[in-house]
Amino acid sequence: MIVDIPRFVAVERPYWDELAAILDRMDAEPERRLPLAEIQRLHYLYERCSAGLARLDAFSTSPALRTLLESLVSRAYTEIHETRAPQKIRWKALFFAFPRAFRRHLAAFSLSLGITLLGVAFGWFAIRMDPSSKAVLMPFPHLLHSPAERVHEEESAKTDRLHGAKATFSAELMTHNIQVTIMTLAMGMTWGAGTLMLLFYNGVILGAVAADYVSAGFATFLTGWLLPHGSIEIPAILLGGQGGFILAGALIGWGGRTSRSGRLRAVAPDLFAIVAGAACMLVWAGMVEAFISQYHRPVIPYGLKIAFGACELVALTAFLGWAGRE
Amino acid sequence: MKAANEGQAMKPARQTRLSIETPEGVVFSFELATPVTRALAWAVDAAAMAVASSMIGQVLLALKLLSGDWASAVSVIIYFAISIGYAILLEWRWRGQTIGKRLLGLRVIDVHGLRLQLPQIALRNLLRLVDGLPAFYLVGGLACIFSRKAQRLGDLAANTVVTREAPRERAIEPSGLERIAPAKYNSLLAQPQLAARLRSLATPEAAALAVRAVTGRDGYDPAARIALFRELAAHFRSLVEFPEEAVESLTDEQYVRSVLRVIYGGAK
Repeated sequence: MIVDIPRFVAVERPYWDELAAILDRMDAEPERRLPLAEIQRLHYLYERCSAGLARLDAFSTSPALRTLLESLVSRAYTEIHETRAPQKIRWKALFFAFPRAFRRHLAAFSLSLGITLLGVAFGWFAIRMDPSSKAVLMPFPHLLHSPAERVHEEESAKTDRLHGAKATFSAELMTHNIQVTIMTLAMGMTWGAGTLMLLFYNGVILGAVAADYVSAGFATFLTGWLLPHGSIEIPAILLGGQGGFILAGALIGWGGRTSRSGRLRAVAPDLFAIVAGAACMLVWAGMVEAFISQYHRPVIPYGLKIAFGACELVALTAFLGWAGRE
Repeated sequence: MKAANEGQAMKPARQTRLSIETPEGVVFSFELATPVTRALAWAVDAAAMAVASSMIGQVLLALKLLSGDWASAVSVIIYFAISIGYAILLEWRWRGQTIGKRLLGLRVIDVHGLRLQLPQIALRNLLRLVDGLPAFYLVGGLACIFSRKAQRLGDLAANTVVTREAPRERAIEPSGLERIAPAKYNSLLAQPQLAARLRSLATPEAAALAVRAVTGRDGYDPAARIALFRELAAHFRSLVEFPEEAVESLTDEQYVRSVLRVIYGGAK
């Protein structure tokens, strides 16, 4: 018990000031590595300040003094007890963290793929069985024309309809798709229900468009149109779904003994790596969609577009499947 | 009724402070920010983002002269990057603070008091898309009101909380202590053990009430003042019994003033 608070303050204040100065310097220069002697001094000052705070516990009537010591102890605690990597971004590590995170959660990706395929099947059969449902399933004006009209328009176009607007179109595609991917991941917080619905709905639109064009006999046009950007864009959205299911899994936590907070803490770096990787993929997909996908025969032969899309898909599969393996 | 009360008791209460116990057994705490303060900080941030976007828009006018398409593409990307990246970048570089949080004295911290990591910052900010649904942060606001540690969904996922920073004050005594409770002729200070016991037993609320009573004494009606000091003195006397010779000639008001010196000023 401290009998004489002013004396206690007078004796301890130099140590508190020294600790505050070290912490201020660490705040100002977060990337500076402390020399061993300074680390030892920091530890000593932290323990001394903690001891002072513990002694002060008996004095509920010194709130300002308590606040001062709590602030110092909490700041020093953060520096001393943090064992995770420092705040510096290591680009190379982040580059490989993405495929590693993907592989660590293959079950979540399979679920994301499975739900999308279910949606595709639903959209496909809905259009095949009831073509009039097109307006409901694909509420986008540019998809409501008949495939034959669209193909004819595209293949006989004499002018570039995206002339002077390609870059803007590309930027809008990138930002919109990144937003959709983030939303698909974030919806994991609804215990995965929101993620599931978004993936299913995306699948339905994809299945309906595919059924519409394939049944009209334009499978090649469709593949040439969708594959160059879709081979990257669709997996990116599936990765968003994977992230959503990882989040949902951590939130629900079947069978494990780790706390919810512990589970969420464990998956945070993987979620960050996945969403950052998917965003990079969508930047690429946005450029391809504006600058390549919208141009058809005779400007770009379908074979070339399909081969380009297939190459992208192989490269992506190889990257996600093998990059960073140890 | 009893069952209802018990049910209420079982329900986890909303905390106003986050306490952390170190491995050394020392406990420190942070004051949790209220949803209203957080909304104000967000409004400041929204204004800062709008200003940044419009400034960049002015710069892009020059690019428009070269290519309207590219200027428009760059503005779409920059607006998006600001709306997504503003909070991530600032909270990462400023250790849990944005402009709004700095102005309102708020800081994002790890729920276990550890250093905030980039994935945590990114996750809590990306999940704003869900917290912002359906409009004006309704989901996030409700989550904040109903969660125990005032966390929105992004905070829950990232294991973060928003706290009010303690002012780094140097003064540890109420101003004018010498004027309202002089150390001279304070007979309670002659009993250091009892004074220390009184200091440990008196609550901050009672001490604050006594400070208010002493500083505002001239504003009270004489009868009310006497009654107020009588009650305060009785409360402090009930905590610790000083020997008769230390308190025999003290009025209730003098007793309360002496107690304040003991509480805030310590021993002689």
